[in-house]
Amino acid sequence: MMLIIDNLHATVADKPILKGLSLTINAGEVHAIMGPNGAGKSTLGYTLGGRPGYEVTGGTATFDGEDLFALEPHERAAAGLFLGFQYPVEIPGVSFVQFLRESLNAQRKSRGEEPLSGGEFLKLAREKAALLKLDMDMLKRPVNVGFSGGEKKRAEMVQMGILDPKLAILDETDSGLDIDALRIVGDGINAVMRRPDKAVLLITHYQRLLDYVKPDFVHVLAGGRIVRTGGAELALELEERGYEAVAA
Amino acid sequence: MPDALTLPTRRDEDYRYADLGALAAVWPLAPETIVVPAGESRRMTVVQTGDAPQVRDLAIDLGEGATFTLHVLTVGAASARIAVTVRLAATAAFHLGAAQLAGAGATAEIVTRVVHAAPNAVSRQVVRSVAAAGGTVNYLGKVLVEKGADGTDGEQSVRAMLLDRTATANARPELEIHADDVKCAHGCAVGELDAQALFYMAQRGLPPELAKRLMLQAFVAEALVGAEDEEALQDQARAALEALL
Ligand SMILES: Nc1ncnc2c1ncn2[C@@H]1O[C@H](COP(=O)(O)OP(=O)(O)O)[C@@H](O)[C@H]1O
Ligand SMILES: [Mg+2]
Repeated sequence: MMLIIDNLHATVADKPILKGLSLTINAGEVHAIMGPNGAGKSTLGYTLGGRPGYEVTGGTATFDGEDLFALEPHERAAAGLFLGFQYPVEIPGVSFVQFLRESLNAQRKSRGEEPLSGGEFLKLAREKAALLKLDMDMLKRPVNVGFSGGEKKRAEMVQMGILDPKLAILDETDSGLDIDALRIVGDGINAVMRRPDKAVLLITHYQRLLDYVKPDFVHVLAGGRIVRTGGAELALELEERGYEAVAA
Repeated sequence: MPDALTLPTRRDEDYRYADLGALAAVWPLAPETIVVPAGESRRMTVVQTGDAPQVRDLAIDLGEGATFTLHVLTVGAASARIAVTVRLAATAAFHLGAAQLAGAGATAEIVTRVVHAAPNAVSRQVVRSVAAAGGTVNYLGKVLVEKGADGTDGEQSVRAMLLDRTATANARPELEIHADDVKCAHGCAVGELDAQALFYMAQRGLPPELAKRLMLQAFVAEALVGAEDEEALQDQARAALEALL
Protein backbone atom coordinates (compact mmCIF):
# COMPACT_ATOMS: atom_id res chain seq x y z
CA MET A 1 0.00 0.00 0.00
CA MET A 2 1.40 3.34 -0.96
CA LEU A 3 -0.60 5.76 1.17
CA ILE A 4 -2.83 5.01 4.13
CA ILE A 5 -4.61 7.96 5.67
CA ASP A 6 -6.40 6.98 8.82
CA ASN A 7 -8.89 9.19 10.65
CA LEU A 8 -7.04 12.39 9.78
CA HIS A 9 -7.98 15.56 11.62
CA ALA A 10 -6.36 18.86 10.65
CA THR A 11 -6.84 22.51 11.45
CA VAL A 12 -5.99 25.68 9.57
CA ALA A 13 -5.64 28.78 11.72
CA ASP A 14 -7.15 26.79 14.59
CA LYS A 15 -10.23 26.02 12.50
CA PRO A 16 -10.97 22.28 12.14
CA ILE A 17 -11.13 21.47 8.41
CA LEU A 18 -10.40 17.76 8.09
CA LYS A 19 -12.55 15.80 10.49
CA GLY A 20 -11.74 12.13 10.36
CA LEU A 21 -10.66 11.52 6.78
CA SER A 22 -9.59 8.01 5.82
CA LEU A 23 -8.27 6.93 2.44
CA THR A 24 -6.03 4.17 1.15
CA ILE A 25 -4.20 4.34 -2.15
CA ASN A 26 -2.37 1.40 -3.67
CA ALA A 27 0.42 1.48 -6.21
CA GLY A 28 -0.95 1.44 -9.75
CA GLU A 29 -4.17 3.24 -8.83
CA VAL A 30 -5.64 6.57 -9.83
CA HIS A 31 -8.00 8.15 -7.30
CA ALA A 32 -10.08 11.25 -7.76
CA ILE A 33 -11.39 13.43 -4.96
CA MET A 34 -14.30 15.66 -5.80
CA GLY A 35 -16.27 17.98 -3.63
CA PRO A 36 -17.77 21.42 -3.29
CA ASN A 37 -15.72 24.58 -2.78
CA GLY A 38 -14.40 24.84 0.74
CA ALA A 39 -14.80 21.12 1.42
CA GLY A 40 -11.15 20.80 2.42
CA LYS A 41 -9.65 19.33 -0.76
CA SER A 42 -6.69 21.70 -0.91
CA THR A 43 -6.29 21.38 2.84
CA LEU A 44 -5.83 17.63 2.40
CA GLY A 45 -3.07 18.20 -0.17
CA TYR A 46 -1.30 20.85 1.90
CA THR A 47 -1.54 18.79 5.08
CA LEU A 48 0.00 15.78 3.34
CA GLY A 49 2.67 18.05 1.85
CA GLY A 50 3.44 19.57 5.25
CA ARG A 51 2.62 23.20 4.60
CA PRO A 52 3.29 25.38 7.67
CA GLY A 53 0.03 26.44 9.31
CA TYR A 54 -1.76 23.20 8.45
CA GLU A 55 -1.75 21.36 11.71
CA VAL A 56 -2.44 17.66 12.16
CA THR A 57 -4.51 17.28 15.30
CA GLY A 58 -5.32 13.58 14.98
CA GLY A 59 -4.92 10.48 12.86
CA THR A 60 -2.03 9.13 10.83
CA ALA A 61 -0.68 9.01 7.30
CA THR A 62 1.66 6.22 6.26
CA PHE A 63 3.51 6.69 3.01
CA ASP A 64 5.42 3.70 1.67
CA GLY A 65 5.54 2.30 5.20
CA GLU A 66 6.86 5.53 6.72
CA ASP A 67 5.12 7.95 9.08
CA LEU A 68 4.56 10.83 6.68
CA PHE A 69 3.97 13.42 9.38
CA ALA A 70 7.37 12.71 10.96
CA LEU A 71 9.05 14.04 7.81
CA GLU A 72 9.85 17.63 6.86
CA PRO A 73 8.22 18.88 3.63
CA HIS A 74 11.42 18.45 1.59
CA GLU A 75 11.87 14.95 3.01
CA ARG A 76 8.33 14.04 1.95
CA ALA A 77 9.24 15.19 -1.56
CA ALA A 78 12.41 13.11 -1.53
CA ALA A 79 10.35 10.13 -0.35
CA GLY A 80 8.36 10.49 -3.59
CA LEU A 81 5.42 12.75 -2.77
CA PHE A 82 4.59 15.43 -5.33
CA LEU A 83 1.96 18.08 -4.83
CA GLY A 84 0.71 19.89 -7.91
CA PHE A 85 -0.45 23.28 -6.62
CA GLN A 86 -3.88 24.74 -7.33
CA TYR A 87 -2.13 28.12 -7.38
CA PRO A 88 1.53 27.65 -8.31
CA VAL A 89 3.77 30.18 -6.57
CA GLU A 90 5.83 32.80 -8.41
CA ILE A 91 9.46 33.15 -7.40
CA PRO A 92 11.04 36.25 -8.96
CA GLY A 93 14.69 36.02 -9.90
CA VAL A 94 15.00 32.24 -9.53
CA SER A 95 14.95 30.33 -12.81
CA PHE A 96 13.02 27.09 -13.19
CA VAL A 97 16.15 25.38 -14.48
CA GLN A 98 18.25 26.30 -11.49
CA PHE A 99 15.48 25.65 -8.99
CA LEU A 100 14.53 22.26 -10.42
CA ARG A 101 18.08 21.07 -10.87
CA GLU A 102 18.90 21.90 -7.27
CA SER A 103 15.64 20.33 -6.10
CA LEU A 104 16.18 17.13 -8.06
CA ASN A 105 19.78 16.84 -6.95
CA ALA A 106 18.80 17.46 -3.32
CA GLN A 107 16.27 14.62 -3.64
CA ARG A 108 18.84 12.36 -5.29
CA LYS A 109 21.43 13.14 -2.63
CA SER A 110 19.06 12.21 0.18
CA ARG A 111 18.41 8.90 -1.60
CA GLY A 112 22.13 8.28 -1.97
CA GLU A 113 22.12 8.82 -5.75
CA GLU A 114 24.66 10.77 -7.79
CA PRO A 115 23.69 14.33 -8.79
CA LEU A 116 22.83 15.03 -12.43
CA SER A 117 25.28 17.22 -14.31
CA GLY A 118 24.04 20.42 -15.95
CA GLY A 119 23.95 18.70 -19.33
CA GLU A 120 22.12 15.63 -18.07
CA PHE A 121 19.58 17.78 -16.30
CA LEU A 122 18.89 19.93 -19.36
CA LYS A 123 18.36 16.83 -21.48
CA LEU A 124 15.81 15.53 -18.98
CA ALA A 125 14.09 18.91 -18.68
CA ARG A 126 13.88 19.26 -22.46
CA GLU A 127 12.32 15.82 -22.78
CA LYS A 128 9.64 16.54 -20.16
CA ALA A 129 8.92 20.03 -21.50
CA ALA A 130 8.38 18.50 -24.95
CA LEU A 131 5.99 15.95 -23.45
CA LEU A 132 3.86 18.78 -22.05
CA LYS A 133 4.39 20.93 -25.15
CA LEU A 134 5.91 23.70 -23.05
CA ASP A 135 8.59 25.79 -24.73
CA MET A 136 11.95 24.95 -23.13
CA ASP A 137 12.76 28.67 -23.08
CA MET A 138 10.03 29.13 -20.48
CA LEU A 139 12.01 26.99 -18.08
CA LYS A 140 14.87 29.46 -18.31
CA ARG A 141 12.58 32.16 -16.92
CA PRO A 142 11.90 32.88 -13.24
CA VAL A 143 9.61 30.32 -11.63
CA ASN A 144 6.01 30.92 -12.77
CA VAL A 145 6.57 34.68 -13.16
CA GLY A 146 4.46 36.05 -16.00
CA PHE A 147 3.06 32.60 -16.84
CA SER A 148 -0.61 32.35 -17.75
CA GLY A 149 -2.83 30.13 -15.60
CA GLY A 150 -2.62 27.31 -18.12
CA GLU A 151 1.15 27.64 -18.51
CA LYS A 152 1.58 27.40 -14.77
CA LYS A 153 -0.40 24.17 -14.70
CA ARG A 154 1.61 22.70 -17.56
CA ALA A 155 4.81 23.78 -15.81
CA GLU A 156 3.62 21.90 -12.72
CA MET A 157 3.33 18.77 -14.85
CA VAL A 158 6.78 19.32 -16.36
CA GLN A 159 8.14 19.49 -12.83
CA MET A 160 6.32 16.28 -11.97
CA GLY A 161 7.92 14.65 -15.01
CA ILE A 162 11.38 15.79 -14.01
CA LEU A 163 11.07 14.83 -10.35
CA ASP A 164 9.43 11.48 -11.17
CA PRO A 165 7.48 10.99 -7.91
CA LYS A 166 5.80 7.83 -6.64
CA LEU A 167 2.61 9.60 -5.66
CA ALA A 168 1.28 12.76 -7.29
CA ILE A 169 -1.48 14.74 -5.60
CA LEU A 170 -2.75 17.10 -8.27
CA ASP A 171 -4.88 19.93 -6.93
CA GLU A 172 -7.21 21.26 -9.62
CA THR A 173 -4.55 20.84 -12.27
CA ASP A 174 -7.39 21.03 -14.81
CA SER A 175 -8.63 24.48 -13.84
CA GLY A 176 -7.57 27.26 -16.18
CA LEU A 177 -6.88 24.87 -19.06
CA ASP A 178 -8.53 25.10 -22.44
CA ILE A 179 -9.60 21.89 -24.11
CA ASP A 180 -6.33 21.34 -26.00
CA ALA A 181 -4.22 22.00 -22.92
CA LEU A 182 -6.45 19.66 -20.93
CA ARG A 183 -5.69 16.82 -23.34
CA ILE A 184 -1.96 17.58 -23.25
CA VAL A 185 -1.96 17.62 -19.45
CA GLY A 186 -4.05 14.44 -19.29
CA ASP A 187 -1.69 12.66 -21.66
CA GLY A 188 1.25 13.97 -19.62
CA ILE A 189 -0.18 12.60 -16.36
CA ASN A 190 -0.75 9.23 -17.99
CA ALA A 191 2.73 9.13 -19.53
CA VAL A 192 4.52 10.01 -16.29
CA MET A 193 2.33 8.38 -13.64
CA ARG A 194 0.36 5.49 -15.16
CA ARG A 195 2.73 2.81 -13.96
CA PRO A 196 2.37 -0.17 -11.66
CA ASP A 197 4.71 1.40 -9.08
CA LYS A 198 3.07 4.83 -9.03
CA ALA A 199 -0.21 6.36 -7.96
CA VAL A 200 -2.19 9.55 -8.52
CA LEU A 201 -4.67 11.47 -6.41
CA LEU A 202 -6.57 13.93 -8.60
CA ILE A 203 -8.38 16.74 -6.86
CA THR A 204 -10.93 18.18 -9.22
CA HIS A 205 -14.27 19.88 -9.55
CA TYR A 206 -15.07 18.56 -12.95
CA GLN A 207 -15.54 15.33 -14.78
CA ARG A 208 -13.64 16.57 -17.82
CA LEU A 209 -10.06 15.72 -16.70
CA LEU A 210 -11.30 12.27 -15.75
CA ASP A 211 -12.16 11.65 -19.42
CA TYR A 212 -8.42 11.67 -20.07
CA VAL A 213 -7.11 10.22 -16.83
CA LYS A 214 -9.51 7.41 -15.95
CA PRO A 215 -9.84 7.03 -12.19
CA ASP A 216 -10.10 3.65 -10.50
CA PHE A 217 -11.85 5.25 -7.54
CA VAL A 218 -13.81 8.44 -7.06
CA HIS A 219 -14.34 9.89 -3.60
CA VAL A 220 -16.63 12.65 -2.49
CA LEU A 221 -15.18 14.96 0.14
CA ALA A 222 -17.64 17.01 2.14
CA GLY A 223 -17.43 18.48 5.62
CA GLY A 224 -13.83 17.34 6.01
CA ARG A 225 -14.50 13.63 5.41
CA ILE A 226 -14.91 11.17 2.59
CA VAL A 227 -18.66 10.71 2.46
CA ARG A 228 -18.90 8.41 -0.53
CA THR A 229 -16.62 6.25 -2.66
CA GLY A 230 -17.33 4.67 -6.00
CA GLY A 231 -15.88 3.93 -9.41
CA ALA A 232 -15.49 6.24 -12.40
CA GLU A 233 -19.27 6.30 -12.81
CA LEU A 234 -19.60 8.25 -9.54
CA ALA A 235 -17.99 11.26 -11.19
CA LEU A 236 -20.64 11.18 -13.90
CA GLU A 237 -23.36 10.93 -11.32
CA LEU A 238 -21.90 13.93 -9.46
CA GLU A 239 -21.80 15.91 -12.67
CA GLU A 240 -25.44 15.11 -13.35
CA ARG A 241 -26.97 15.38 -9.92
CA GLY A 242 -24.64 17.73 -8.01
CA TYR A 243 -22.74 17.20 -4.77
CA GLU A 244 -25.65 17.85 -2.48
CA ALA A 245 -27.78 15.05 -3.84
CA VAL A 246 -24.92 12.55 -4.03
CA ALA A 247 -23.25 13.39 -0.73
CA ALA A 248 -26.48 13.36 1.23
CA MET B 1 26.06 68.92 6.04
CA PRO B 2 29.03 69.14 8.41
CA ASP B 3 32.30 70.22 6.88
CA ALA B 4 34.52 67.42 5.69
CA LEU B 5 37.08 67.80 8.47
CA THR B 6 34.88 67.52 11.54
CA LEU B 7 33.72 64.05 12.49
CA PRO B 8 29.93 64.07 12.50
CA THR B 9 27.84 63.11 15.50
CA ARG B 10 24.54 61.25 15.86
CA ARG B 11 22.80 64.61 15.85
CA ASP B 12 23.57 64.93 12.14
CA GLU B 13 20.53 63.47 10.42
CA ASP B 14 22.64 61.68 7.82
CA TYR B 15 24.72 59.98 10.50
CA ARG B 16 22.16 58.96 13.04
CA TYR B 17 22.54 55.26 12.31
CA ALA B 18 26.20 55.37 11.25
CA ASP B 19 29.03 53.39 12.77
CA LEU B 20 30.89 56.47 14.02
CA GLY B 21 33.69 54.44 15.58
CA ALA B 22 34.54 53.03 12.18
CA LEU B 23 34.21 56.43 10.53
CA ALA B 24 36.68 58.00 12.97
CA ALA B 25 39.37 55.64 11.70
CA VAL B 26 39.11 56.91 8.13
CA TRP B 27 38.19 60.54 8.74
CA PRO B 28 38.57 63.10 7.19
CA LEU B 29 36.94 62.08 3.95
CA ALA B 30 38.10 63.05 0.53
CA PRO B 31 34.93 63.83 -1.43
CA GLU B 32 35.09 62.79 -5.07
CA THR B 33 33.53 64.98 -7.71
CA ILE B 34 32.28 63.53 -10.97
CA VAL B 35 31.03 65.72 -13.78
CA VAL B 36 29.25 64.16 -16.73
CA PRO B 37 28.94 66.66 -19.59
CA ALA B 38 25.68 67.11 -21.47
CA GLY B 39 24.67 64.10 -23.52
CA GLU B 40 27.39 61.81 -22.20
CA SER B 41 27.11 58.53 -20.27
CA ARG B 42 29.19 57.04 -17.49
CA ARG B 43 29.07 53.85 -15.51
CA MET B 44 30.77 53.19 -12.22
CA THR B 45 30.96 50.28 -9.83
CA VAL B 46 32.01 50.63 -6.23
CA VAL B 47 32.85 47.48 -4.30
CA GLN B 48 33.34 47.96 -0.59
CA THR B 49 35.05 44.94 0.86
CA GLY B 50 37.78 43.85 3.23
CA ASP B 51 38.45 44.05 6.95
CA ALA B 52 39.01 47.80 7.22
CA PRO B 53 36.21 50.39 7.27
CA GLN B 54 35.33 51.79 3.84
CA VAL B 55 33.93 55.22 3.24
CA ARG B 56 33.17 56.98 -0.03
CA ASP B 57 31.64 60.34 -0.67
CA LEU B 58 30.58 61.05 -4.27
CA ALA B 59 29.25 64.28 -5.73
CA ILE B 60 27.90 63.70 -9.22
CA ASP B 61 26.87 66.48 -11.53
CA LEU B 62 24.87 65.45 -14.59
CA GLY B 63 24.59 67.83 -17.56
CA GLU B 64 21.57 67.98 -19.81
CA GLY B 65 20.69 64.53 -21.11
CA ALA B 66 23.67 62.96 -19.35
CA THR B 67 23.32 59.53 -17.75
CA PHE B 68 25.11 57.96 -14.83
CA THR B 69 24.78 54.37 -13.69
CA LEU B 70 26.22 53.54 -10.31
CA HIS B 71 26.41 50.07 -8.81
CA VAL B 72 27.48 49.47 -5.26
CA LEU B 73 28.32 46.16 -3.64
CA THR B 74 29.09 46.24 0.05
CA VAL B 75 30.24 42.91 1.41
CA GLY B 76 33.07 43.50 3.84
CA ALA B 77 33.47 42.28 7.38
CA ALA B 78 33.88 45.90 8.48
CA SER B 79 31.53 48.86 8.41
CA ALA B 80 31.11 50.68 5.13
CA ARG B 81 29.41 53.86 4.09
CA ILE B 82 28.78 55.50 0.76
CA ALA B 83 27.24 58.93 0.41
CA VAL B 84 26.10 60.02 -3.04
CA THR B 85 24.89 63.46 -3.97
CA VAL B 86 23.56 63.75 -7.50
CA ARG B 87 22.41 66.84 -9.32
CA LEU B 88 20.43 66.28 -12.52
CA ALA B 89 20.00 68.81 -15.30
CA ALA B 90 17.09 68.53 -17.74
CA THR B 91 16.41 65.00 -19.10
CA ALA B 92 19.43 63.58 -17.29
CA ALA B 93 19.17 60.07 -15.85
CA PHE B 94 20.66 58.55 -12.74
CA HIS B 95 20.48 54.89 -11.82
CA LEU B 96 21.70 53.43 -8.55
CA GLY B 97 21.72 49.70 -7.93
CA ALA B 98 23.11 48.82 -4.54
CA ALA B 99 23.49 45.54 -2.71
CA GLN B 100 24.54 45.59 0.91
CA LEU B 101 25.43 42.52 2.96
CA ALA B 102 26.20 43.09 6.60
CA GLY B 103 27.50 40.46 8.98
CA ALA B 104 28.04 40.57 12.73
CA GLY B 105 29.31 43.92 13.97
CA ALA B 106 29.21 45.58 10.56
CA THR B 107 27.11 48.55 9.53
CA ALA B 108 26.57 48.98 5.81
CA GLU B 109 25.16 52.38 4.98
CA ILE B 110 24.03 54.21 1.87
CA VAL B 111 23.08 57.84 1.98
CA THR B 112 21.76 59.47 -1.16
CA ARG B 113 20.63 62.93 -2.03
CA VAL B 114 19.22 63.15 -5.54
CA VAL B 115 18.43 66.65 -6.70
CA HIS B 116 16.22 67.08 -9.74
CA ALA B 117 17.17 70.63 -10.68
CA ALA B 118 15.51 70.85 -14.11
CA PRO B 119 12.58 69.26 -16.01
CA ASN B 120 12.13 65.69 -17.19
CA ALA B 121 15.05 64.02 -15.48
CA VAL B 122 14.81 60.44 -14.27
CA SER B 123 16.29 58.82 -11.18
CA ARG B 124 16.00 55.21 -10.10
CA GLN B 125 17.37 53.76 -6.91
CA VAL B 126 17.23 50.04 -6.25
CA VAL B 127 18.68 49.02 -2.91
CA ARG B 128 18.67 45.43 -1.68
CA SER B 129 20.14 44.73 1.74
CA VAL B 130 20.72 41.63 3.79
CA ALA B 131 21.68 41.77 7.46
CA ALA B 132 22.82 38.69 9.32
CA ALA B 133 22.91 38.29 13.12
CA GLY B 134 24.44 41.40 14.68
CA GLY B 135 24.63 43.26 11.37
CA THR B 136 23.05 46.59 10.44
CA VAL B 137 22.01 47.93 7.04
CA ASN B 138 21.00 51.55 6.53
CA TYR B 139 19.49 53.51 3.68
CA LEU B 140 18.86 57.20 4.00
CA GLY B 141 17.74 58.60 0.71
CA LYS B 142 16.28 61.91 -0.24
CA VAL B 143 14.84 62.88 -3.60
CA LEU B 144 14.54 66.62 -3.91
CA VAL B 145 12.55 68.00 -6.83
CA GLU B 146 13.35 71.69 -7.19
CA LYS B 147 11.03 74.38 -8.38
CA GLY B 148 10.65 74.17 -12.16
CA ALA B 149 11.79 70.55 -12.39
CA ASP B 150 8.44 69.56 -13.88
CA GLY B 151 8.02 66.10 -15.35
CA THR B 152 10.45 64.57 -12.88
CA ASP B 153 10.38 60.79 -12.59
CA GLY B 154 12.04 59.58 -9.41
CA GLU B 155 11.86 56.14 -7.89
CA GLN B 156 13.26 54.61 -4.73
CA SER B 157 12.87 50.88 -4.27
CA VAL B 158 14.37 49.82 -0.98
CA ARG B 159 14.10 46.37 0.53
CA ALA B 160 15.91 44.70 3.36
CA MET B 161 15.98 41.12 4.61
CA LEU B 162 16.85 40.30 8.17
CA LEU B 163 18.32 36.84 8.70
CA ASP B 164 18.12 36.95 12.47
CA ARG B 165 16.30 38.76 15.25
CA THR B 166 19.52 40.53 16.15
CA ALA B 167 19.88 42.02 12.66
CA THR B 168 18.84 45.63 12.08
CA ALA B 169 17.64 47.59 9.07
CA ASN B 170 17.02 51.32 9.03
CA ALA B 171 15.39 52.73 5.94
CA ARG B 172 14.37 56.32 5.46
CA PRO B 173 13.30 57.24 1.94
CA GLU B 174 12.27 60.88 1.66
CA LEU B 175 10.64 63.00 -0.99
CA GLU B 176 10.57 66.75 -1.22
CA ILE B 177 8.69 68.13 -4.19
CA HIS B 178 8.47 71.75 -5.34
CA ALA B 179 7.44 71.16 -8.95
CA ASP B 180 4.43 70.00 -10.97
CA ASP B 181 3.58 66.85 -12.87
CA VAL B 182 6.05 64.83 -10.86
CA LYS B 183 6.03 61.04 -10.75
CA CYS B 184 7.78 59.83 -7.65
CA ALA B 185 7.41 56.41 -6.13
CA HIS B 186 9.01 55.05 -3.08
CA GLY B 187 8.64 51.58 -1.78
CA CYS B 188 10.36 50.44 1.30
CA ALA B 189 10.04 47.08 2.98
CA VAL B 190 11.87 45.24 5.69
CA GLY B 191 10.93 41.65 5.77
CA GLU B 192 11.50 37.98 5.69
CA LEU B 193 11.48 35.58 2.79
CA ASP B 194 8.14 34.66 1.24
CA ALA B 195 6.83 31.68 3.24
CA GLN B 196 4.68 30.46 0.33
CA ALA B 197 7.68 30.33 -1.96
CA LEU B 198 9.71 28.52 0.68
CA PHE B 199 7.01 25.85 1.02
CA TYR B 200 6.69 25.53 -2.75
CA MET B 201 10.43 24.96 -3.03
CA ALA B 202 10.45 22.51 -0.11
CA GLN B 203 7.64 20.57 -1.79
CA ARG B 204 9.92 20.06 -4.79
CA GLY B 205 12.60 18.66 -2.49
CA LEU B 206 14.73 21.67 -1.75
CA PRO B 207 15.91 21.75 1.89
CA PRO B 208 15.12 25.06 3.65
CA GLU B 209 18.70 26.32 3.77
CA LEU B 210 19.12 25.83 0.01
CA ALA B 211 15.74 27.42 -0.72
CA LYS B 212 16.63 30.46 1.39
CA ARG B 213 19.98 30.77 -0.32
CA LEU B 214 18.39 30.70 -3.79
CA MET B 215 15.85 33.33 -2.84
CA LEU B 216 18.40 35.61 -1.22
CA GLN B 217 20.69 35.29 -4.24
CA ALA B 218 17.84 36.45 -6.46
CA PHE B 219 17.00 39.25 -4.05
CA VAL B 220 20.55 40.61 -4.07
CA ALA B 221 21.10 40.01 -7.79
CA GLU B 222 18.25 42.33 -8.70
CA ALA B 223 20.25 45.34 -7.49
CA LEU B 224 23.25 44.51 -9.66
CA VAL B 225 21.50 43.96 -12.98
CA GLY B 226 23.10 45.98 -15.76
CA ALA B 227 26.37 46.62 -13.94
CA GLU B 228 29.61 46.83 -15.85
CA ASP B 229 31.21 43.38 -15.73
CA GLU B 230 27.96 42.16 -14.17
CA GLU B 231 28.83 38.49 -14.10
CA ALA B 232 31.95 38.96 -11.97
CA LEU B 233 30.08 41.31 -9.65
CA GLN B 234 27.20 38.85 -9.26
CA ASP B 235 29.68 36.06 -8.51
CA GLN B 236 31.29 38.19 -5.84
CA ALA B 237 27.88 38.98 -4.32
CA ARG B 238 26.93 35.29 -4.34
CA ALA B 239 30.16 34.28 -2.65
CA ALA B 240 29.73 36.96 0.00
CA LEU B 241 26.15 35.89 0.61
CA GLU B 242 27.22 32.30 1.06
CA ALA B 243 29.77 33.40 3.63
CA LEU B 244 27.06 35.33 5.45
CA LEU B 245 24.62 32.40 5.70
N1 LIG C 1 -5.14 29.94 5.33
C1 LIG C 1 -6.41 29.75 5.75
N2 LIG C 1 -6.87 30.41 6.84
C2 LIG C 1 -8.13 30.21 7.28
N3 LIG C 1 -9.00 29.37 6.70
C3 LIG C 1 -8.60 28.70 5.62
C4 LIG C 1 -7.29 28.84 5.07
N4 LIG C 1 -7.17 28.03 4.01
C5 LIG C 1 -8.36 27.42 3.88
N5 LIG C 1 -9.22 27.80 4.83
C6 LIG C 1 -10.60 27.34 5.00
O1 LIG C 1 -10.58 25.94 5.00
C7 LIG C 1 -11.71 25.44 4.34
C8 LIG C 1 -11.29 24.46 3.27
O2 LIG C 1 -10.57 25.14 2.27
P1 LIG C 1 -9.89 24.37 1.06
O3 LIG C 1 -9.14 23.21 1.58
O4 LIG C 1 -9.13 25.37 0.28
O5 LIG C 1 -11.17 23.87 0.25
P2 LIG C 1 -11.29 23.33 -1.24
O6 LIG C 1 -9.93 23.14 -1.80
O7 LIG C 1 -12.04 22.05 -1.10
O8 LIG C 1 -12.10 24.33 -2.00
C9 LIG C 1 -12.48 26.62 3.80
O9 LIG C 1 -13.54 26.88 4.69
C10 LIG C 1 -11.47 27.74 3.84
O10 LIG C 1 -12.11 28.95 4.08
MG1 LIG D 1 -8.92 23.99 -3.41
